[in-house]
Amino acid sequence: MSPQDENPPAPASGNSASSRRAARENSEQDERRVQEATETADGELPPPAAEATAPVPEPETDPESDPQERSLLYRVMTGSALVAFLSVVLSLILGGILIAVTDPEVARASSYFFTRPLDTLSAAWSAASNAYVALFQGSVINVRGTSFTSVIYPLTQTLTVATPLICAGLGVALAFRAGLFNIGAQGQILIGATFAAWVGFTLHLPAGVHLLLVVLAGMVGGAVWAGLVGVLKARTGAHEVILTIMFNYIATNLVLYFLSTPAFQRPGSTNPISPQLDSTAVYPLLLGSAFRLHWGFVVAVVATVFVWWLLNRSTVGFELRAVGANASAARTAGISVSRGYILAMAIAGALAGLAGVAQVSGTEQVLTSGVAASFGFDAITVALLGRSSPWGTFAAGVLFGAFRAGGVTMQASTGTSIDIVLVVQSLIVLFIAAPPLVRALFRLPVPGAESTGKRGKKNKGTPTRTPASTGAAA
Amino acid sequence: MKLELIGITKRFGTFVANDHIDLVVEPGQVHSLLGENGAGKSTLMNVLYGLYDPTEGEIRVDDERVSFKGPGEAMAAGIGMVHQHFMLVPVFTVAENVALGNETTRGAGLLNLSRTRERIREISDQYGFAVDPDAVVEDLPVGVQQRVEIIKALVRDAEVLILDEPTAVLTPKETDELLGIMGQLTKDGKSIVFISHKLREVKAVSHVITVIRRGKVVATADPSASTTELASLMVGRSVSLSLDKAPAVPGEVSFRVRDLVVQAANGQRVVDGLSFDVADGEILAVAGVQGNGQTELTEAILGLQDHVSGSITLGGTELVGRSVKEIISAGVGFVPEDRSVEGLVGTFSVAENLVLNRYDAAPFARGLSMSPAAVAQNADEKIAEFDVRTQSASSPAGTLSGGNQQKVVMARELSRPLKLFIASQPTRGVDVGSIEFLHRRIIAERDGGTPVVIVSTELDEVLELADRIAVLYRGRLMGIMPGTVSRDVLGLMMAGMSADEALAQVHDVQGGNL
Repeated sequence: MSPQDENPPAPASGNSASSRRAARENSEQDERRVQEATETADGELPPPAAEATAPVPEPETDPESDPQERSLLYRVMTGSALVAFLSVVLSLILGGILIAVTDPEVARASSYFFTRPLDTLSAAWSAASNAYVALFQGSVINVRGTSFTSVIYPLTQTLTVATPLICAGLGVALAFRAGLFNIGAQGQILIGATFAAWVGFTLHLPAGVHLLLVVLAGMVGGAVWAGLVGVLKARTGAHEVILTIMFNYIATNLVLYFLSTPAFQRPGSTNPISPQLDSTAVYPLLLGSAFRLHWGFVVAVVATVFVWWLLNRSTVGFELRAVGANASAARTAGISVSRGYILAMAIAGALAGLAGVAQVSGTEQVLTSGVAASFGFDAITVALLGRSSPWGTFAAGVLFGAFRAGGVTMQASTGTSIDIVLVVQSLIVLFIAAPPLVRALFRLPVPGAESTGKRGKKNKGTPTRTPASTGAAA
Repeated sequence: MKLELIGITKRFGTFVANDHIDLVVEPGQVHSLLGENGAGKSTLMNVLYGLYDPTEGEIRVDDERVSFKGPGEAMAAGIGMVHQHFMLVPVFTVAENVALGNETTRGAGLLNLSRTRERIREISDQYGFAVDPDAVVEDLPVGVQQRVEIIKALVRDAEVLILDEPTAVLTPKETDELLGIMGQLTKDGKSIVFISHKLREVKAVSHVITVIRRGKVVATADPSASTTELASLMVGRSVSLSLDKAPAVPGEVSFRVRDLVVQAANGQRVVDGLSFDVADGEILAVAGVQGNGQTELTEAILGLQDHVSGSITLGGTELVGRSVKEIISAGVGFVPEDRSVEGLVGTFSVAENLVLNRYDAAPFARGLSMSPAAVAQNADEKIAEFDVRTQSASSPAGTLSGGNQQKVVMARELSRPLKLFIASQPTRGVDVGSIEFLHRRIIAERDGGTPVVIVSTELDEVLELADRIAVLYRGRLMGIMPGTVSRDVLGLMMAGMSADEALAQVHDVQGGNL
């Protein structure tokens, strides 16, 4: 993901350098050729309409012309919104089939499938639909609720669960926009939670100040943890994927270690569980005591706005995006790529740290080794589904929050295993990672597609290519 | 073998890349296809080579209609293609490369390379290629690698050879050798489709010239036509190939390079002890074959290279050891040699690319906050001033044609007060119409009193722009010549001859007519 770190090729072996350059030129030329042909060669502008209507067969995203901009991962992470939506739909359909297949009723009915096939089908339908209705009722509105509170309770649950997902997802998304694949949200959440929790139960400060310190501590914890990865990458060229995965292990075990020391244990106890956070250190409830939704959600909304501003309206975001989209061009324009990496990771870590705060100051209010659940890993999926855009990530976070919140209700009321939610989530990732599959299933046109059926077919490296899936960063 | 393309039309959606193109390639002919980038030459050749299905029209070989489902079938029919980018495996020997995809085996899947070696020697002797079948390809000069490509086609009994921009990567000497080889091949009855936009070469070697513009055959020209005539046909309007520029009025010498050494990561000196000066209001062109240290030289000036020693001063300020940002703020404008990799962020909008190195300065940003309005206004101005053809300022820069991308880069670099302007390959891959424009802008910058350094591998460009010409060979300076020096002398210097030797040799050959 970071071929930009290599030095320009040595000239004496000139051949490979120049032939590579020629290759670039060649593919460039090929990419250009039709577009250029839409311009008139005689120096006059063609009628604007003609130019606008002439579809350019070569899509702008050419996987060969610029490997780092056009890496598969990049395309996956910034794929089109429609594909993301359809991936969710497809996954739900497949999940429904899975629910039906594993349902005991359906299994019973299928034993006499050939005498009364409709029984099997209706059992399958009701299994899947009941499960999904339960999922919906557990995550959005409980239509059978007797009071307003009980009707909207599921929605608030969804938002509560979504809070850490959104925060950590933003971290993953932001790092990705800077060209870094941050697998380390899990570790960053844990360290952020640890910092926040320690401040929360060790210091005893007045309300307001205390919470503020807790939030800051969580952000600092995550930022330091992720910033280390950024520094290592910038200084030594180590790959951030490996680093963040390893840092996750370190974080997990570090937290376990902390929880085995008296400083993090309850007085007189050796259980790996911290004292309760002070009441001044927890997020106030947002909608009163009937709901678990806390101010952490507001923080998540603010974080989303902030990340949007940072990426789209600030000079820092301009730098980060430039580094992520084309590090060579960024460097040539005087942007420090190392600084970009470190900064992106630190901010990403701070966001993941907020997720940790949402856990220890919001829902859990104690520090345990399981405080991060699997939010850090789900956050990757969330960012992926959100196409690495702040509001996309926000929406995806809410969706995944709904899955989690609704999954519990689903299991309780229909007996469908909550694991089905995991399957659906995994399917979503699978489909998003394979946009051509989704397009083929829904017969969507390939962006920049053209009529010939032959391009890219065993082309022996000739300058034809399969049209790449397009999609500029949102 | 006679090859005919009859009424070939290739549409992409509603866009017509090739519009009823007729082409007859007679045996023993060099048939040149002349056209600007994007005129449809490559599409046509891809149709011929079986990579595209023609929408309409047919291909005939010896008056028999054929259709190719892929390059394999085209090759079997006797059509060979030498791509601009060589399709060779660098770590394989010549014989292995030639055998690749066409291996002869002796039972049990064992390679029989000796047969291939034999064939290579035969062909090599027949045409005087001087290619050793056992040489490893990556050790061979580019010109020889190209011959390996030609051998690959000949071993497969190609009767028609398509050469796609074959001279782009060659030194002037290698180019001459290639043109010689083409002559021999045609004498032997082979035919060659020669794709190029270099008029001189096309004129030198062709029997027939077909000019393609916007997907249509606009003319069939005779090689005796003048270059101006050919260029006009190609572009569709009269072009002045020679730029009227006033003689330089060099001012003070403000840009100095002394004993500059740039080392690659492996310790090799890729720029080896360069010293030169550029005066205000003067263009110094750096000539040389690709990969002789030009890239590293320009990158060292901008602070992009790590292992730099020596001194680079601009207006008395030392630039070595400074960050890129400081050097840019010191007034250095830089057009990198590969705009799509170093010059532009393809997914960024044209507007964003126009402020790529000024995004954090007023009026584009106040503090940390950028002003989209200022960025957009700047974009509108520059797009109008440089005639950038884009659907809108917010289109991704990657969707623009090469010439327009280059205009974006140039617009960005030339739109602030400069103390030094460096441009690498300022017109590579740019259509003829834009070349003229870009050259004028460079000259205007010179006339404004800025020292200008141009790096180009195109001799035409070097000769057109330069007030003085520095020739680089393997990182060393072969000499600095006046802008009026002859092409032959430059060619020899680019191949590693010192200025004196080159002058003497040309003098000998031409009897003193420089």
